[in-house]
Amino acid sequence: MDWSLPPNLSTQGVHIDALFWIILVLTGIAFLLVESGIAWFVFKYRNREGGKAHYTHGSTRMEIIWTTIPALVLATLGIYSGSVWESIKSAHSFPEDALRLRVTAKQFEWNVTYPGADGALDTSDDFTLRNQLHLPAHEPVIVELRSEDVIHSFFIPVLRVKQDAVPGMTIPIWFEATGTGDFEIACAELCGLGHYRMRASVTIHEAADFESWQASQTTGS
Amino acid sequence: MATIVAEATGQAILHEEHEQSFLRKYVFATDHKVIAIQFLFTTLFFLMIGGLLAVLMRYQIAWPAKTLPGGGILPETMVASGYILPEFYNSLVTMHGSIMVFFAIMPMLVGVFANYLIPLQIGARDMAFPRLNMLSFWLMVPAGILTLASFFVIGGAAAAGWTLYAPLSARPDLSGVHLGQQIWLVSLVLIGLSSILGSVNYITTTINMRAPGMTWFRLPLTVWALFITAILGLLAMPVLSAAGIMLLFDQTIGTTFFLPAGGGQPLLWQHLFWFFGHPEVYILILPAMGFTSEIIASGSRKPIFGYKAMVWAIVAIAFLGFIVWGHHMFQSGMNPTLGLSFTISTLLIAVPSAIKTFNWMGTMWRGNLRLHTPMLFAIGFVAMFAIGGLSGIFMASTPVDIYIHDTYFIVAHIHYVLFGGSLFALFGAIYYWYPKMFGRMMNETLGKIHFVLTLVFFNLVFFPMHGLGMKGMMRRIYDPTGYQHLQGIQDTNQLISISAFCLYASGFLFAFNFFWSLRKGRKAEANPWDATTLEWQTPSPPKHGNWKEIPVVYHGPHEFSHPDVADKDWLAQNERPDVTSPAGAH
Repeated sequence: MDWSLPPNLSTQGVHIDALFWIILVLTGIAFLLVESGIAWFVFKYRNREGGKAHYTHGSTRMEIIWTTIPALVLATLGIYSGSVWESIKSAHSFPEDALRLRVTAKQFEWNVTYPGADGALDTSDDFTLRNQLHLPAHEPVIVELRSEDVIHSFFIPVLRVKQDAVPGMTIPIWFEATGTGDFEIACAELCGLGHYRMRASVTIHEAADFESWQASQTTGS
Repeated sequence: MATIVAEATGQAILHEEHEQSFLRKYVFATDHKVIAIQFLFTTLFFLMIGGLLAVLMRYQIAWPAKTLPGGGILPETMVASGYILPEFYNSLVTMHGSIMVFFAIMPMLVGVFANYLIPLQIGARDMAFPRLNMLSFWLMVPAGILTLASFFVIGGAAAAGWTLYAPLSARPDLSGVHLGQQIWLVSLVLIGLSSILGSVNYITTTINMRAPGMTWFRLPLTVWALFITAILGLLAMPVLSAAGIMLLFDQTIGTTFFLPAGGGQPLLWQHLFWFFGHPEVYILILPAMGFTSEIIASGSRKPIFGYKAMVWAIVAIAFLGFIVWGHHMFQSGMNPTLGLSFTISTLLIAVPSAIKTFNWMGTMWRGNLRLHTPMLFAIGFVAMFAIGGLSGIFMASTPVDIYIHDTYFIVAHIHYVLFGGSLFALFGAIYYWYPKMFGRMMNETLGKIHFVLTLVFFNLVFFPMHGLGMKGMMRRIYDPTGYQHLQGIQDTNQLISISAFCLYASGFLFAFNFFWSLRKGRKAEANPWDATTLEWQTPSPPKHGNWKEIPVVYHGPHEFSHPDVADKDWLAQNERPDVTSPAGAH
């Protein structure tokens, strides 16, 4: 296994991955300092014949330094994280003219409702497919997540999308794919006996291909 | 029979010197030391069971297409024609977590060590409420028996995860588990009550029964940690018990607290659970930090670096621990704006943890390190806890959490904190206080081998899990091989599993050392580590009542290498020297 994130295919994923690597670098530095410090102290100050410890109760100055530095780094990270989070999750970050789909989870399948030609859900030309999510690339998509029975979690690794589907709630999420291909939805929340096999196919088309695919589905039925 | 007046409380304590009956002395005991040892044997047994469940899980994840060797001895409802069944796997996941948290780590930290150490370190003869203490242990026993029995009822043991997310946990028709889940909840209420009774006792004892001169800022950091932990337990456990009873009602008498069909709200369960669950995380780490502070000071032959900062860090962690629960719920469907405030409180709580880590390093700095087994485990704690703390920053960052939530990254994180943290500190604490408990030393060579094996295999098991999480491997899946994005990770899963078997096996080296030393270990003197706190100033093991005379305290808890003490490098808390305590030491 190589140590990497899977390829990213979403606009939001760019920011998520960047944040991941920034945190990895920062924590990596702290990790090296702490672990090598411990190793060095164990070696350098190991008990030796006639050795004597230095008597001190601490140093307020040092403590202020190692309180302030992490606090500042963490505050910066918090602010940066907060702004990315806002741009993904907050109500006003949702794009106006997005394709709207509805995904209804139930043990152990993902049912996807498409709006059909009129582009609106809850109309007569809607159609529902079991375990098949088709998406256009380069176009914002809003998924209304629902669940019929227990809590599931809608997870598409390449799109860096994860959201619990909770019975009794409709939770909207949005994303925009930046490439095409065949992928999978996985369930990330323990949902019972078949949790491990609750997956569905994800097909990301070029926008035009998606239109023709959707048209073929409606005429076919 | 002699009556001795305890100066600390002014109470007359009956110090019985006549022989008690076997039943009163070892079974229904009221002596805090005996109760602590009862807890120790019980929790070590559950640690072994919890580990065994993990071993079975790891076999399934690494070799999902292979039959389990020796699986034939398990009932058909668990292992059918040699294969671990998915329903049994879900029970393994659930019960591994539940048993480790509620029956192994938590009662070992508090049941064993709060019981054993608080009276001895504050200079008291026993707990404030010895009979309540006895009840606290005897509530855990039926809870434990119920938990084990639940594996063998129809439908098997609870299988909704140790977090019991409703509606899965509330609807037997959806989980396939009926009685097992209910037994889990009843046993949870019992263990909750046990822990609440314990907390009341630890708090009262610490406040009221300190020896003369034992001011708050002369308390060993272990006592501080255990005292604050008891407050956390007292405030958090009732919430879990109440939520557990509500869930039991949803299952049995048709209420719908957590079921949307009847107007309930599944997220309510998560809020209640994590309102308990996050303080619980600190219940599981603060005592470990206390033991580590104690062992590192004694092993480094130096006063703890920044004693007061260490105390205030414990208090800060405890307070903040109550306002971070929402960080478990970033992807739950909770209002995203709430996510922002929970990010801030979560990042804040990293600051006192960082202070503690640097202060432990500061304690080792220019010390004269005695690298005995307890010290090695304490240093191991600092090294592993640092990794667990740093990996926590990834999930505190809400956007990153979108991707790594519910993946093996989280599994890696929690085990670095709970195993690399709590359990390393517990091993250290057992090696350190064993001579006091049993009057004999554990074998050093075996102890050091145990430490090296544990350190190596622990990291081989849990460090690669970060990588699995980066690949997007979900938690709690019975078979990862069917997923497109999880191709090419099975070699890592197999490495982890083999290391996990070795890690489990190295536990038996510890068990052998533990039991062998009970009879064959070298006899321990009163103070084998040349330590300063009060428990070392009375014979090993201490007699019933702990002291001939209640000690009087003159110093802070870690006066090592004091320049005015000539012949030795430590100064006991109750030693009256002709030196003035330096500023800061009180």
